[in-house]
Amino acid sequence: MTMMANDMSMSTAEASAEPKLRAAGVSVWYGPKKAIDDVSIEVDRENVTAFIGPSGCGKSTFLRTLNRMNDTIASARVEGLIELDGEDIYGKDMDVVQLRARVGMVFQKPNPFPKSIFENVAYGPRIHGLAAGRDELDEIVERSLKRAGLWEEVKDRLPESGTALSGGQQQRLCIARAIAVDPEVILMDEPCSALDPIATAKIEELIHELRGRYAIVIVTHNMQQAARISQRTAFFHLGELVEYGETSEIFTNPKVERTKDYITGRYG
Amino acid sequence: MSPLLLFLLVAGVGAVGWLAARARAATFAAAGPGKVRLHSVPTYHGWYVALWAVLPALIFLVAWQVAEPALVAGAALHSPAAAELPADAMNRAAVLQEARDIAAGHIQGGFNPLSTRLAPAFASAAQRYSIMGAVLALLLAFAGGAYAFVRIRPELRARTRVERLVMLLLLVASLIAILTTAGIVFSLLAESVRFFARVSPIEFLTGLQWSPQTAMRADQAGSSGAFGAIPLFWGTIFIGAIIAMIVAIPLGLMSAIYLTQYAHPTARKWLKPALEVLAGVPTVVYGYFAALTVAPMVRQWGEAMGIASSSESALAAGGVMGIMIIPFVSSMADDSLAAVPQSMRDGSLALGATTSETIAKVLVPAALPGIVGGILLAVSRAIGETMIVVMAAGLAANLTANPFASVTTVTAQIVQLLTGDQEFDSAKTLAAFALGLVLFVITLLLNIVALRVVKKYREAYE
Repeated sequence: MTMMANDMSMSTAEASAEPKLRAAGVSVWYGPKKAIDDVSIEVDRENVTAFIGPSGCGKSTFLRTLNRMNDTIASARVEGLIELDGEDIYGKDMDVVQLRARVGMVFQKPNPFPKSIFENVAYGPRIHGLAAGRDELDEIVERSLKRAGLWEEVKDRLPESGTALSGGQQQRLCIARAIAVDPEVILMDEPCSALDPIATAKIEELIHELRGRYAIVIVTHNMQQAARISQRTAFFHLGELVEYGETSEIFTNPKVERTKDYITGRYG
Repeated sequence: MSPLLLFLLVAGVGAVGWLAARARAATFAAAGPGKVRLHSVPTYHGWYVALWAVLPALIFLVAWQVAEPALVAGAALHSPAAAELPADAMNRAAVLQEARDIAAGHIQGGFNPLSTRLAPAFASAAQRYSIMGAVLALLLAFAGGAYAFVRIRPELRARTRVERLVMLLLLVASLIAILTTAGIVFSLLAESVRFFARVSPIEFLTGLQWSPQTAMRADQAGSSGAFGAIPLFWGTIFIGAIIAMIVAIPLGLMSAIYLTQYAHPTARKWLKPALEVLAGVPTVVYGYFAALTVAPMVRQWGEAMGIASSSESALAAGGVMGIMIIPFVSSMADDSLAAVPQSMRDGSLALGATTSETIAKVLVPAALPGIVGGILLAVSRAIGETMIVVMAAGLAANLTANPFASVTTVTAQIVQLLTGDQEFDSAKTLAAFALGLVLFVITLLLNIVALRVVKKYREAYE
């Protein structure tokens, strides 16, 4: 608890800076069904922001609007304003390819490509032309794997298939893959839900290390996890953003009755 | 008694058994203060008895149908008239056949007077055995039904037994298909062995000359025939595996990619069945489309370009065949692209890849084994295709790589060799079986390889 207090004082100092992401009045429809109702939120540059809430509350849906992954679902429709560094990401001038290079994503289930470990990490840099030559590409791959805390485990087996790794390693490979395109924001959609506790601990440790270099938004249904790794927490319920604030505040002194009920395990 | 009537009678015994057994089982369930619980519901008891009544009787009937003529003939041979039968087997068989036909009423009188005298013996024997068969079948039906009926008890495991029998029935059904295939292979093999006794396999498999004319009579002017099948194999591969695939692979693959990745669900709903209509067009329709529409067009192009062209060409046949097999390629590619998990696609898109980059670098490589499997199946379909090549490819066994020239294929030659009156002891006719055997082996190998490739791919994501 004392450590969390330290984190909190740090984050309040940094929160004064311009938000990295800003959403205003965002609603999302799947066909006629409204999944997200009028959500406004600001995501810090230097902090880990956690979205919590019961299943089906719309937290993942909202996360996917932040890098326009909902575009791949034909029936999904987004209303409202979302800005990345003050730029409207649903605006006419926004190139979705560019956006996704700036806002990376890690999914619930590890999804390495059925390619070698090296090719998995090199995929993004290759399509965006980030490396001038083979040496530079090697360097990017090594740096990304190091940052994802996977380098020591895989440096001798880079040509092996990414799908041959363990679940936790696969997820760190996916994080390395996202880091390799040098994003500004990393969205994580329940990244530990398919992993065992030891692998989960490693990912949490990694998130802790990545904090500050990337703005991180993580969706989790695990409240202890949100309390451990995030500085700010948003509680979603039935498509609404119920409460948003400092993590310590949300978990110790929630202002809304619904949040309190959820935190104390009354439902969800 | 006619077999149909007999069959109906046996089925009737079964139906009665079914009703009776069900009713009896139901009385067990209803009666008694002890509230007996049946192991199986009454319907299963019904089936248990019905199957016991019908199946042994039917098996007996089938066996009887096979054995009866021999029994009848055996009895007829004991009649006094039979002593006058000629000794040599051929005449003897002819007289017996005539007598049998007279007895059955198929013909009025025999060519050989002896057969007319033998006919009554046949007629009486046939009647005797027919009644005997009917009585035995009905007895068997009753006996089987009664045997099962008296065994009906609450604890009888009727359901288990009926289920086991159903499984057996299904097994027999699948064995029939397999045995038929084995029979086809065997008949091909037998005829091919006769062919290879006349023409050496080495000449057949490596010779460059195909000219299967053989003299039918000793005094006839005609060649002794050349049976080098290489030009046929080349023509088959040229049309089915090269030209048709050049058409079908890109078109099939691209339409599959469009349908799975780009098309709006409504567009997909209309386009996919429309594409599959291609697979439903009878091949003979493709054949005359190729021969009457495409071939003249191809010839004109060829002449315009100054290439030696004939009115029947490899290009016309192969091109139309390529169109025909587009659905094979596209539906396999469609399935395997759709089987690539959505998470792969999301993963790539989330890294900022465009849709086409995602398709080229992630989806197609991941789906490649399935796509290759589909292509191999399509090739095996194409090289076995007959109608189009018979009508549009020609019959000249040319060993040429000019797509505007006429070539011939294995299947077209088989049709040619076996059409019309043939003598089945000449190398010319027997060659068709050797060709068929080679074709069978090739398509079998292609199918095995294709299925293995597809299976390997399936394991990758499970």
